[in-house]
Amino acid sequence: MDLEPERSPRVMETAVPSLPAAGEIESLSHTQIAQCYQCGKCTAGCPMAGQMDSPPTRLMRLLQLGDVEGALRAQSIWQCVSCQTCSARCPKQVDCAGVMDALRQLAYQRGRVSPAQRRTVIFQQAFLDNIRRYGRLNELELIARFKGEVFLRGRALGVLFEDSGLAPKLQRRGKLHLRGQRVKDREVVERIFARALNGGGR
Amino acid sequence: MKLGYYPGCALHGSSNDYEQSLKACLGALGVELEELDDWICCGASAAHSLNHTLDVALPARNLALARRQGHAEILAPCPMCSMQLLKAAKAAAGDVELRAAVETIIEAPVDAGAGVLNLIQVFEKSGLDQIKSAVKRPLKELKVACYYGCLLLRPPAVTAFDDAEEPRTMEAVVAAAGASPVDWNYRTECCGAGMTMANPETVLELSNRILENARAHGANCLAVACPMCHVNLDMKQAAIEQRYGVRYGLPVYYLSDLVGMALGLPEAGLGTQRHFVAGPVSAKEA
Repeated sequence: MDLEPERSPRVMETAVPSLPAAGEIESLSHTQIAQCYQCGKCTAGCPMAGQMDSPPTRLMRLLQLGDVEGALRAQSIWQCVSCQTCSARCPKQVDCAGVMDALRQLAYQRGRVSPAQRRTVIFQQAFLDNIRRYGRLNELELIARFKGEVFLRGRALGVLFEDSGLAPKLQRRGKLHLRGQRVKDREVVERIFARALNGGGR
Repeated sequence: MKLGYYPGCALHGSSNDYEQSLKACLGALGVELEELDDWICCGASAAHSLNHTLDVALPARNLALARRQGHAEILAPCPMCSMQLLKAAKAAAGDVELRAAVETIIEAPVDAGAGVLNLIQVFEKSGLDQIKSAVKRPLKELKVACYYGCLLLRPPAVTAFDDAEEPRTMEAVVAAAGASPVDWNYRTECCGAGMTMANPETVLELSNRILENARAHGANCLAVACPMCHVNLDMKQAAIEQRYGVRYGLPVYYLSDLVGMALGLPEAGLGTQRHFVAGPVSAKEA
């Protein structure tokens, strides 16, 4: 077995060749998925594990076995709250939260998002579109766009009334801004988005 | 002390009570904040969920602005922002190819050595002994559950701040303000963060566990240093109580509220009357 010790960042870590199928995820997350030895510490600390179809340990195993498709379609990657507990506790320094990010990015770009998780994707997409327009978040417009899309695409009437009682309470507390902030140089923001989304760099 | 200041979207939006609080408090400690000119959103969870390049480019642009405007250190009081800024600096430093790509995208050199501070670190820089000696009204009546949440501490390789499992820094600040930090279990558990809108059930469940554990350990309030934690634990507290049939009535203070009150600043100046759950101190003043 070729351990390539000269490439090892630490004595106890062996440099394992990238798994071909999971290579893109490894390069996006700068982590070595093959390092995972399935101890389950990530899942033990995950606040969402109880509700997940594939908790972090299982996602790592799917990727090790080359089932990238299965990992991309998992509900769990969108249930993840990005608390980073898995990465912080991994005894093998696998950045599980980074792998979650990479899986979400690829599932989104390749249209593999589980329909049950559409709501979360609508929110993230509405958030990015919002800052692309103004450079800073316009909360009211984000809420309107999010609720509108969830309603139209999911035929979910209830979403329109979620938290609707909060608006007057927020206004009384001076927390509601009818006119959102915007940056002066909105052109540079647009150029940054255009280049990044067109695969600027990678 | 003079610092660059990156407020982030939340502090200029519905969490503007946090900005009011920290400006009043840090002003009293002689910390001068100079807001970055034309800062942009850090991308938050949306960028790191949907696009890797954008996730590095947006915060990197702000680091570049900080350097251009001559700030060696900036305060980013939102842990989502500070983590994003630190993560971008680290990513650019460790990947030459990515760094070059990002510099083209943001039309500026990336400042990989940028000093990004969270609110606790600014209190530490001011000196806890100085704070202690400036206390006019020790908060003896407050038993505080110090809640760190996620991104002040994690990922530790990025934040390089305190102990990710057994942090003590917030307790030290609270103690300097004359209050008593309580021992409890949920200091570093997640409240659901930015899922407030996308997945409200998750936020109610995770935040309920936190409030329940704080109360079980004798806390009569919580301290946070994060706008999202405050939204989920304070604004959503009534919804949590309704959902789980419980009654907490636990006020949630920004860390700067507690230090500010101890320094003798009026609560109206700190903005605590704009929180959703009224505190014992503000009840007494009113």
